[in-house]
Amino acid sequence: MSAEKKLVGYVCTGCGIGDRLDAKQLLSTAKREGKLQECKQHDMLCNAEGVKLIADDIAAGATHIMIAACSRRAKVEAFHFPDAAMTRANLREGVIWVRPASGENSETTQEMADDYIRMACAELRTINKPSSSGEQSLIKNILVVGGGVTGMTAALEAAAAGYAVTLVEKSGALGGHAALLHKRVPSRAASAGTSNSRNAALPQPAENNVPELVSRVGTTGNISVHLNSSVAKTSGAPGRFSVDIAAESGSTSTGEFGAIIQASGFKPYDAGQLSEFAYGASPDVVTNLELEGLAKAAGDGPIKRPSDGKEVKSVAFIQCAGQRSDTQGHLPYCSGFCCTTSIKQAIYFKDQNPGCDTTILFDDLRTPGAAGEDFYRAGQQKMVTFSKGKATEVVPGSSLKVRFQDLILNEATEMECDLVVLATGMVANSGPDPYAPADAAQVPVASILNLQYRQGTDLPHLKHGFTDSHFICFPYETRRTGIYAAGPLRRPMDMQQAMDDAAGAAMKAIQAVENAGLGRAAHPRSGDLSFPSFRKEGCTQCKRCTVECPFGAINEDEKGYPLYNESRCRRCGTCMGACPVRVISFENYSVESVNQQIKNCNVPDEFQEKPRILVFACENDAYPALDQAAMSGKEITPWARVIPVRCLGSISLSWITDSLNSGYDGVVLMGCRRDDDYQCHFVKGSAMAAERMSKVGDTLSSLNLEPERVVLHEVAITDVERAPKLINDMADTVARIGQSPFKF
Amino acid sequence: MAKREYSFYPGCSSQKGASSSNYLVSVQTLCEELDIKLNEIPDWNCCAASIGYGGGGVLPRLTLSARNIALSEQHNAGQDIVATCAACWLATREAAERFKHDGGLMAEASQALAETGLKLNNTTPIKHMAEVLVQDIGYAEIGAKVKKPLEGLKIAGYVGCQTNRPFGIAGESYENPLYLDRLIDTLGAQSIPTYEKKVQCCGGALAFSEPAKSQEMIKGIIEAAYDHGADMIATPCPLCQANVEIYQDQINNTYGTKFKMPVVYYSSLMAVAFGRSAKDAALDGQVVAAKQLEEIAKK
Amino acid sequence: MSDLNQNMIEKYRNSFLKEVEANVEEGEWVKMCMQCGVCSGSCPLGKHWAHPPQEIFMMIRAGKREAVLASDAMWMCTSCYNCIVRCPREVPITHIMHGLAHYAKRLGLAPKGQPTMAFSQIFWDNMLKAGRVNELKLGLSLYFKDGFVQGVKNSLANAKLGQNMMKAKRMNAAEFFGGHGVKDVSGLQKMIKKAQELEDARIAKYGN
Repeated sequence: MSAEKKLVGYVCTGCGIGDRLDAKQLLSTAKREGKLQECKQHDMLCNAEGVKLIADDIAAGATHIMIAACSRRAKVEAFHFPDAAMTRANLREGVIWVRPASGENSETTQEMADDYIRMACAELRTINKPSSSGEQSLIKNILVVGGGVTGMTAALEAAAAGYAVTLVEKSGALGGHAALLHKRVPSRAASAGTSNSRNAALPQPAENNVPELVSRVGTTGNISVHLNSSVAKTSGAPGRFSVDIAAESGSTSTGEFGAIIQASGFKPYDAGQLSEFAYGASPDVVTNLELEGLAKAAGDGPIKRPSDGKEVKSVAFIQCAGQRSDTQGHLPYCSGFCCTTSIKQAIYFKDQNPGCDTTILFDDLRTPGAAGEDFYRAGQQKMVTFSKGKATEVVPGSSLKVRFQDLILNEATEMECDLVVLATGMVANSGPDPYAPADAAQVPVASILNLQYRQGTDLPHLKHGFTDSHFICFPYETRRTGIYAAGPLRRPMDMQQAMDDAAGAAMKAIQAVENAGLGRAAHPRSGDLSFPSFRKEGCTQCKRCTVECPFGAINEDEKGYPLYNESRCRRCGTCMGACPVRVISFENYSVESVNQQIKNCNVPDEFQEKPRILVFACENDAYPALDQAAMSGKEITPWARVIPVRCLGSISLSWITDSLNSGYDGVVLMGCRRDDDYQCHFVKGSAMAAERMSKVGDTLSSLNLEPERVVLHEVAITDVERAPKLINDMADTVARIGQSPFKF
Repeated sequence: MAKREYSFYPGCSSQKGASSSNYLVSVQTLCEELDIKLNEIPDWNCCAASIGYGGGGVLPRLTLSARNIALSEQHNAGQDIVATCAACWLATREAAERFKHDGGLMAEASQALAETGLKLNNTTPIKHMAEVLVQDIGYAEIGAKVKKPLEGLKIAGYVGCQTNRPFGIAGESYENPLYLDRLIDTLGAQSIPTYEKKVQCCGGALAFSEPAKSQEMIKGIIEAAYDHGADMIATPCPLCQANVEIYQDQINNTYGTKFKMPVVYYSSLMAVAFGRSAKDAALDGQVVAAKQLEEIAKK
Repeated sequence: MSDLNQNMIEKYRNSFLKEVEANVEEGEWVKMCMQCGVCSGSCPLGKHWAHPPQEIFMMIRAGKREAVLASDAMWMCTSCYNCIVRCPREVPITHIMHGLAHYAKRLGLAPKGQPTMAFSQIFWDNMLKAGRVNELKLGLSLYFKDGFVQGVKNSLANAKLGQNMMKAKRMNAAEFFGGHGVKDVSGLQKMIKKAQELEDARIAKYGN
């Protein structure tokens, strides 16, 4: 880039900016200090006339534009100029809305605004308009791995949207566990206006729609099904995955896919571990899944018990069997589907023989789903006995004895019955976790995707072996871009939830295909064309970028240099923050682009007693929280200068040391929550940053600075009160411990 | 002709020489003022209240109410039934609703009713006097009648249970109904909307069978009124009125308290505010005299 | 124990819940309780219940027939209806408690001497005599329910209350001789007798 660079600035005086700030001064700062060739003033830059002013300048040769107006999160549609590089100086939410209008503050308010102009101009000088790499291709085919309810639904949804689907199923038939069900839990609540009366018309067990799904998959033209097959090898990236599909017969075919949906389902919990409930000791103790088989075999006739074929006249359901328990071998979590399943199965008995004694022993009855509570009432209507009690033991015999603690009557008691059904849960089926600790004693698990990634063969897990997917905001997004998880491999769920999941994952897969074709990022920076590149001559092959990338986007070449897969990249910059030699950058975001902002902000000498506090705010949560705070009139100290970052993971330690060296008095980092219940949009970025910052103390002590000058906070988008307070707290800290000794 | 006419179910305790005879007197006064004509249901019987369940099964109890409704439909056709007693109102309305939803009960009750030659249509709305005042008449019309505002009086509106639950006054909350407070304000007195014992049970009929347990609750009701600085308690329910008023001596003996809290009917407040005499307001029926009301009435 | 009780035990050998459904006022609702406990927490006399309503419902489902029917818990109900309006399932708890109490009494299982049971019977008999309650006689019957000596004691203890009421003209000694009543007493009594017969027949039918 070169001599043709033309930098133009615009200062908006609308929304009260002109009343509160000296616009002439701002223009002069932009031109003299910001070194813009031109800077224009407009009284409402986001209106048609203002937008046209900018567009005309770009058409006439402006390559870089600086807009000094509102927050970069406001008016994004008006200020959308894909043909120029752009920075925004936040004078509205960043300055006038967080400072009181009174006269005595006008000097510091103007200083804030001038600084933001300087910073935006400095940033502008270091960036260029991003354009895609040219690596991309548009392969619209979608691969679905797993032929259960989730996989079939995803395939049907994607096919209906016009995308060709290849469906790979390990077994010899489609349908998965759901095909084994006699009936399914209803998915709809009672109709609106249904009374609360004891004989209201309530949802009943519904026909199992799996056979219908199977036949629809068979008759849908653009779905090709591979039974008895598995994925032997997956390489490439979104938009250009290459997958080897191996059939049990030994033949292998290779297909090209734009995106992948993994719907590998779950494994039923092994009830053999429940000897206290006589599973295995008595054939009349069965799991919920096994009961479906008995019910199916019975058809509309009475359900017979396995031991002697006698009609079941009394049955007890033990909820949470081997679940929600810390006992070794039990599942620590709730599988979420078992309460409604037991209600459904109890109704099997009641519908066939209202005189059958059916007891559900529960601790906490949870009935998720639209029909949930109504379905519970339906069971009660049919006189299913719901007993709040915890089963302790099943004694085998021709009549089974169930011992339990009645939790309402607070007594140990027992009941006799012909059959016991254990409401057992779901175990994840996600393939091996690439990040499992090496020392963890684990049963070897077969890979499902066989990814040829440096970072392992399968999708990373979160906990209990379930696939890590962004549970709050982007439930189908995994840590491997373009590969979407749907159904119970994400978390235990019922059939309806799995089907909803499948539709969501299909939509995401379609988005990924289309974005990859254009070289654009998937969420959360969807549409972003920038991608990381590195200066090879500076690279020390330390591999930190390849290891720390949360999305496994970076492979290595034979010499150990990073190999970027642009379409796997989410553009968070965690690699940039990781690089100790600072060779990784984006066209429009780099170590230098932030460094220049830090340097171009005025740091007054100590005698002016105007401290400077540098704030790095994550653009996903912390920065919008500050915008919200500004809208609701919260005050922020005039000493603060806020720089939005893509993710805390992108923060280079050099920014911290450089700023402290140049006289900043404090640094506040605001990122997203980073534990198992993380909210980081880039999953691991915030956690990486925290780990890196834990070492910042050494730097501070080598500079002889107090450790409290650098703080890191987890900030959520809802922290409208708290976010500004955290900044103001740093001002208090500086007031307490004094200004930095590094001022000039 | 009167502006409004109702079929009136006075109830046992309102009769001459009975425990809420004073209630009836003051209600009659306010009806004169508001131009309401109450046509007593001829030969009405007891509703069995809520305590009759031990002796009477559900059908005999509901049949008692069926007789009253049938008599009303026969003699006061087209008129809404209005009761002043919470239990009378509740029992009658509950019976009507139960008959509507349970054809079997309705058939059996009709069969029993036939023994007296009566027939139940069960189409008559059944109202509490408070509903008549709040809904049919309204605060504005009541306010316009006020001649002697009850200025300077702070009154705890004690709604109690059965006027409030399970039916209550439409639009009011079960936990904190405000109509009685609004009525008190309309009459020029100061209400206590935050009176926390507003819907606390006084023990009802168990004041007779379980006096200690009931009086413990009554003590709380009176105590809270004192805590709020109330000059008196006002209530729409005869059993509430009696229970909270007449056991104060016994409670004082048990707990060492010095309660002397007047407990009056809303209707007495209205009669005084409308400028009527202490006698018309039935203030002579107080066991704990409502002296401040008497003084306003004298003015 | 009554014959009726014996019949019921035989009929509903295994399901007290079904017995309650068939024979107790609003008993069909018992199965709809979801054990949240709001009723128990809402009862003004909650602390006096040996088994609060939530527990009673659980005991019915657990088949604890004797323990439920012989309990004096239900007799603690003040008919305040707090549980009814708060029950998230709209179970008519108050009515079920009345129904259980009545059923226990009908079967002869209710605890002997339970004061509310005694009062409720006195009330019913008093009311039925003339079709309207005679408050004076009601009070006296209650005082004298445990015999003459106790009655005199009770009367003396409540003497001041009585005087107060008389002074306020809210109690009338003349009520002792006759007092208020409906005109068609015999019609009313015939009606109630019929209703009782119908109800007895219904329960007996289920019992056989």
